[in-house]
Amino acid sequence: MSELRGADGFGGNGDEFYERLVAAHQGLSERQSGVLNARLILLLANQVGDRTILAQVLAAARASVSPAPEAGRE
Amino acid sequence: MGSYTYQRFRYRTPDELAGGRPKRRPVAIVGAGPVGLSAAIDLAQQGVPCVVLDDNDSVSDGSRAICWAKRTLEIFDRLGVAGRMTAKGVTWKVGRVYHGDCELYQFDLLPEGGHKMPAFINLQQYHVEQYLVERVCELPELIELRWKNRVTAVEDLDDGVRITVGTPDGEYHLECDWLIAADGARSSVRTLRGHQFEGQAFEDKFLIVDVRMEATYPSDRRFWFQPSFDPGESVLIHRQPDNLFRIDFQLGRDADPDLERDASRVMERVRRVVGPHVPCEFEWCSVYSFRCARIARFIDGHVIFVGDAAHVVSPFGARGGNGGIQDVDNLCWKLARVIRSEAPARLLASYEIERGRAADESILNSRRTTAFMSPGSTVERQFRDAVLELAADFPFARALVNSGRLSQPCDYAGLPGMALEAGTVAGAMSAGAPCSDAPVTRADGTPGWLLEQLGTTPCALVFVEAETQAARADADGADCGIRGLKVITVGAQASRGTRLADPQGLVRSRYGGAAGVTYLIRPDQHVLARWAHCDPHALRAAWDAYRRYDEERETA
Repeated sequence: MSELRGADGFGGNGDEFYERLVAAHQGLSERQSGVLNARLILLLANQVGDRTILAQVLAAARASVSPAPEAGRE
Repeated sequence: MGSYTYQRFRYRTPDELAGGRPKRRPVAIVGAGPVGLSAAIDLAQQGVPCVVLDDNDSVSDGSRAICWAKRTLEIFDRLGVAGRMTAKGVTWKVGRVYHGDCELYQFDLLPEGGHKMPAFINLQQYHVEQYLVERVCELPELIELRWKNRVTAVEDLDDGVRITVGTPDGEYHLECDWLIAADGARSSVRTLRGHQFEGQAFEDKFLIVDVRMEATYPSDRRFWFQPSFDPGESVLIHRQPDNLFRIDFQLGRDADPDLERDASRVMERVRRVVGPHVPCEFEWCSVYSFRCARIARFIDGHVIFVGDAAHVVSPFGARGGNGGIQDVDNLCWKLARVIRSEAPARLLASYEIERGRAADESILNSRRTTAFMSPGSTVERQFRDAVLELAADFPFARALVNSGRLSQPCDYAGLPGMALEAGTVAGAMSAGAPCSDAPVTRADGTPGWLLEQLGTTPCALVFVEAETQAARADADGADCGIRGLKVITVGAQASRGTRLADPQGLVRSRYGGAAGVTYLIRPDQHVLARWAHCDPHALRAAWDAYRRYDEERETA
């Protein structure tokens, strides 16, 4: 059973990734940053592939923002 | 001056208003569209007489449903009309998807050969209805077609329905055992019975236009997201016969339908698609928006809802007309058996459950397509556009591009009555699946198709190696006691006692047909059960479990 990784998955290189993530947005307007983020999410989601993990990722990301929409929109 | 001459069908004073004695009918069908007419033909071919009532006296005004899928054509073939349809229609199987001017990808809806019917044909609904009406006229003993007969009231009887019908000569009553409501998205029977469509309405407006022109366009389905040549969100083009082209423009939420219907404005749009020099003529247009919705139950007492009267979706995916014909295919063999007292009425519950799954599948697909085509928020649009942009470079993103997921027959796997399998037979066609076609050679040496041999009756399809096995299969079929069972033995070569030969090996490969493998196939050409070896008791048990339906539902 696949499970969302809570622990560090960057192998100690988290700072480097974070810097690159922020740098990728440098010089972009808010709109352009939105476009970049959308592309980034799609590429990463495809890389993950596993639908169980993806569902957990979506739930985890949503959890602290506001209650998730009603279930069953399937 | 259109390319099609509409015929007015003659209204005749019904017997009930001409001094005749009213007689009760086994089946009355409301609506003489493709779905209602197909139901009448299907029932008549099984010996069940019916009367069809339609409030109009002509075929569909405008081309409307034009994309007829392979499975539907296979059903039309059983009804005796597919030959004319495929001869007249434009055959296609490739869809091309563009973003702006750039072609993103193509999809092929039937990459393998060895099927009698093509993936799709485009054929205007008025042609389809005309061919069906002409087929109905070949069955005058069994089908009475009444034009300009409008149902105004539906009343339950103990074991049937009594309807009130309005005609140019006044009103009359008609009693029937079963009423099939095939009267479309704005079904008056549905309204009279007080059933609500449950689902979602979408705000986007679309303009469909038929134009006649001498163009060298391919037969492929072509879909543009954000076309460079039109200010709208998307454009879809289909080629139809008679040099007609269907162009579907996505106008957006705020479009004014009256303004957009204006012929000169329409032709300005068309001009931007086809270029300034191609001579083209306006034929028909319509501005529409759509819902994805269904009624909760398709059976209400002795009233049965089929097609758009029961469920509606967007046109992207060609799931409306095709879904309706497949409803009929599922229903009519069951209804015929109920009427002949060969099965209990509760067998009809399987229609509601199986076609309910089909409707839900269509609604799900249609809703997802709509969401992709009409992003609702800024973020939704950002994702949608990101998919389109990534699709140019990445195959995974092409799979997310959704211009319509085209009609596929529903697999009833796992639903009540569909046998659970031990998994000893290879091939994709497990219980519930629609049967695949394949080329065969008949006993007399002539070439044919497997699906031509199936349908209307239950069939045991038995793969054999030796003559003795063929004889044994025939004997088992006779022993098992399934009424009307047709045993079809398939071997590598034609030999005495074997009904079909499989010279190309496609029947065996598609059905995992090792010697002994046996399929029990429903009259609607879906697999009911399959086994590694033929066993008359197992055949009988599977058929009875389905025929008696409710008992099986308890245990399934």
